[in-house]
Amino acid sequence: MSRVSGRDRPQISLLFDPKVRSVIYQAVLLGLVGLVVYAAASNAIDNLARAKIASGFAFWNHTAGFEISQTLIAYSSQSSTYGRAFWVGLLNTLLVAGLGIAFATIIGFIVGIARLSSNWLVARLAGFYVESVRILPLLLQLLFWYNAVLKALPELRDSVVLPFGGYLNNRGLFLPRLDVAPGFDLVLAALVIAGIGAVALRLFSRVHQRRTGRRLPVVTVTLVLILTIPALVFLAAGAPVTVRYPQVGRFNISGGIEILPEFVALLVGLSIYTAAFIAEVVRAGIVAVSRGQMEAAQALGLRRGLALRLVVIPQAMRVIIPPLTNQYLNLTKNSSLAVAIGYPDFVQIFTGTVLNQTGQAIEVVALTMAVYLTISLGTSFLLNLYNARVALVER
Amino acid sequence: MNRVLTLLGIAGAAILITSASIAQTLNTVKTRGSLSCGANGQLPGFGLPDAQGNWKGFDVDYCRALAAAVFDDPNKVKFVALTAKDRFTALQSGDVDVLVRNTTWTSSRDTQLGLNATGVNYFDGQGFMVRKALKVNSALELNDAAICVQQGTTTELNLGDYFRANRMRFKTVTFASVDEALAAYDSGRCDAYTTDASGLYGVRLKLAKPDDHIVLPEIISKEPLSPFVRHGDDQWFDIVKWAHFALVNAEELAISKANVDEQIKSINPEIKRLLGAEGNFGEQLGLTKDWVYRMVKHLGNYGEIFERNIGQGSPLKITRGLNSLWTKGGLQYGMPLR
Repeated sequence: MSRVSGRDRPQISLLFDPKVRSVIYQAVLLGLVGLVVYAAASNAIDNLARAKIASGFAFWNHTAGFEISQTLIAYSSQSSTYGRAFWVGLLNTLLVAGLGIAFATIIGFIVGIARLSSNWLVARLAGFYVESVRILPLLLQLLFWYNAVLKALPELRDSVVLPFGGYLNNRGLFLPRLDVAPGFDLVLAALVIAGIGAVALRLFSRVHQRRTGRRLPVVTVTLVLILTIPALVFLAAGAPVTVRYPQVGRFNISGGIEILPEFVALLVGLSIYTAAFIAEVVRAGIVAVSRGQMEAAQALGLRRGLALRLVVIPQAMRVIIPPLTNQYLNLTKNSSLAVAIGYPDFVQIFTGTVLNQTGQAIEVVALTMAVYLTISLGTSFLLNLYNARVALVER
Repeated sequence: MNRVLTLLGIAGAAILITSASIAQTLNTVKTRGSLSCGANGQLPGFGLPDAQGNWKGFDVDYCRALAAAVFDDPNKVKFVALTAKDRFTALQSGDVDVLVRNTTWTSSRDTQLGLNATGVNYFDGQGFMVRKALKVNSALELNDAAICVQQGTTTELNLGDYFRANRMRFKTVTFASVDEALAAYDSGRCDAYTTDASGLYGVRLKLAKPDDHIVLPEIISKEPLSPFVRHGDDQWFDIVKWAHFALVNAEELAISKANVDEQIKSINPEIKRLLGAEGNFGEQLGLTKDWVYRMVKHLGNYGEIFERNIGQGSPLKITRGLNSLWTKGGLQYGMPLR
């Protein structure tokens, strides 16, 4: 405590010191919260023990015994464990969330820019899309997409036959699968070499532009490099892949790649819904950049597209990134609505079936929360890194 | 380690558990003035509110019978509609006093879930429903089929066992609720819908064209359906257990809703004991002497409850089969009251 200056001032009691008071308040509050948490936890543990409800994580290694319709890693209902089911569900969630984020971002940026278009029709269409999608609950939209997908597709017997041996029906989309054969690593090596070449070209073009003021056709050359070199090696190595075509059985199509209608419905629903919000975020970001920036860029002779890419968007990104992070997190969390349309996501498998079969609500719910916490923190960490890079550097 | 992880979990989950009153369910029910009953809510014949919001069904009548035994009023029940996956958590946490929701009695549910099955009120088994147009006559022809199933059920597990035992492959599409699973089956997403046979008869009525579908003859599992209560309250366990036996005994002794007022004057000592004219069996349970009289007066005996909700008096028209009295070749057997 600093001494009160001046001899005439009376010594103030510690109780009336605002700093001391705030510390006391916070300590009391913290203590109360801790007490509540402790009471709830010990009560729960006692109740579990008294009701003889199993606790602990022994179930993790027990055989699951239920089937899952989409598994990215090997899984069998008869031999795989609940722990394996956990990973299967987690991967399914990450798959739909990752693809959903990619699609939603693409659609969202296009629509957001379209809303600002000087073309009356384009701007109105984009506005109509945003407004109509935002007012409807997501669950309703998912059910709509699921039923729309299912109703629109033909029965197994009337499958649409696609080129290259694919099939489309209300059981899903079935495509031929490519299995790599020995010799395929040469193709991969060619791809890596082409990639290195592209990076080198990019560096050289930057130097070249600085020296001469001319831009090289980097994008075109990169595309040609990456596409042709591996393709040539692929042909030279004698096409080292085997194709597995889907086979039509009595009830189902097996072999090949199978894309479930549940997955498509969830992916489409999540992308369309989140894209509407991302579009607004993007629009807000672009509007936040003052008009003068665009005008100045054009005055310097940059074409409109280049001005947008090099001047406006980088500045808009500073405004866009933080709310965009929210939308990515929302999309990931919303993917748990999968349970309504039968897509085996993490919540459906783990917090649904596993919880029910084992009855260990506390452990399962705790793990579920930990998983979503990890995914959310990871996503926002990555975007915060990017945000730090594009943020205005103040000197 | 477990204790630490459990501590972490409480933030969200333990709120449920902490409100659980483990013992003294009867007192809680009496103080509250109504019974809280976990029921199905989507299954015709077993638990489904009608257009006016009145709950109807075989399981529902068991809850009403308990309310009649405690309060002499079958309407003092608050029904909580539960999905297959939520039902045990709701009971464990004390959200409902009793779970009567076509739930299969298995060892793991009896032990590790901290619950007690009180007695089989319906002997069931798992079956399949398919479209007639598929021209399938046996479940053994379902190799490679896509099957719609409700999550969190024993059906989900039996499927795996049955198909593996018969060296067949299958694909499941799993839904959280009956209605969603059924809608997917109806739209052609699956070749077959599977659940307990009793449920198949019930949900078939919900399909767009019920006559286009048939129930296959195979029963692939034992599904003894039972009410459930929490561990740790023997008095309440006894009440729910003996309510079922009393209803079966009433049928054995031909005591019905219509004649219960006559029967109470009977000289048959078994009837006198059951209806409370002699002895104090109901009081030993913590209820009144006339608890069985109350149940039968309001709801009828086991046979009446069966026929009214799922038997010949209902659209389901399920025959008694295994659920006939033991005297008529079935398995329903009321333990003696004495």
